[in-house]
Amino acid sequence: MSGNRFFAKGTRAWQGFALAVLLCLFVGRFGFAQATGEVPQARPVGDPAIEARALKLGHELRCLVCQNQSIAESNAELAHDLMNQVREQLAAGKSEEEVRAYLVARYGDFVLYQPPLKASTVALWVGPFVLVLAGVLALWRALRRRAREGTPTLSADEAARAEALLRGTNEGERS
Amino acid sequence: MKLKYLIPFVIFVALVALFAYAFRLDPREVPSPLIGKPAPAFALPRVDSPETLAGPADLRGQPWLLNVWATWCVACREEHAMLVRLAREAGVPIVGLDYKEIRGDAELDASRLSPQEEREAALLRARTWLTQRGDPYRFAVLDLDGRVAIDYGVYGVPETFLIDAGGIIRYKHIGPIDERAWREELQPRWAALGGGKP
Repeated sequence: MSGNRFFAKGTRAWQGFALAVLLCLFVGRFGFAQATGEVPQARPVGDPAIEARALKLGHELRCLVCQNQSIAESNAELAHDLMNQVREQLAAGKSEEEVRAYLVARYGDFVLYQPPLKASTVALWVGPFVLVLAGVLALWRALRRRAREGTPTLSADEAARAEALLRGTNEGERS
Repeated sequence: MKLKYLIPFVIFVALVALFAYAFRLDPREVPSPLIGKPAPAFALPRVDSPETLAGPADLRGQPWLLNVWATWCVACREEHAMLVRLAREAGVPIVGLDYKEIRGDAELDASRLSPQEEREAALLRARTWLTQRGDPYRFAVLDLDGRVAIDYGVYGVPETFLIDAGGIIRYKHIGPIDERAWREELQPRWAALGGGKP
């Protein structure tokens, strides 16, 4: 029994070790530290209307640290700092467009979940439609070819075999 | 007609080539929109004399590096020796921007400190670091709340900007500068800007 418990504990330790190794690999790979201090709770400014606007805008902006979250969702410290910037600027009377431009000037189109249409993003916007169109075209061509070839007609012999198979007797098979 | 059967193979080879290329790219290296733009101005307290404010204007007329670091940043430890060498052996002017020295440290609770205390603690930590590990900086400044770093589009430390004699940002290096990064990425650009010997 105690042996079992020991084993269970050992497994836990190994899991911890594996996790630590993975973390080291991850950190080593990027060799790059993010500020992780006591996450300062995002501080809402007094005005709930401003807060609502800030949150809405924050959901459209990508966090640079955890790239699959918006700055409104992310707990990364930089995301909090940026959310506070958004709040402050909205409270100071700036428009959503101005705040967005402020962040794009510093971090690039990358921060926008909906990037603008321009030369470098054409593939992003048009690509899916091109692919769908190519798929439809291929399907259409295949269907047309099949229609042209028509349904195959059976010779008398083949028809007899088919008939036999359908009846469940296999006598036609070897004829 | 036979060629038709090669199409899937050709598509396969093209996909392999595409993935071989794309998986080498690091999605964390976000290209900076600030390349080719003037380095944002700032005036922040110097680590060696906090009453003096310093900024990019002090470096006009020569190419230089702006290095974003912090004493809590592990990768900066690796990088620091390289920076000291660059400053001493190649005479590269480097300015240090100490990013959220106290607030960025996971082991400290900055909310308990007064602004005065935060500044004192940051100065002490930065000075200790530079005394112990060598000081590669023309000057280092404190960016306690990380505002200036946001102006530079910084999203992690270390990051380093190469700025030309006219104050234009020419290149951004994300992550620590090691021997290879200097030799392959920064040194050629540094030399092209008329910077001193490698």
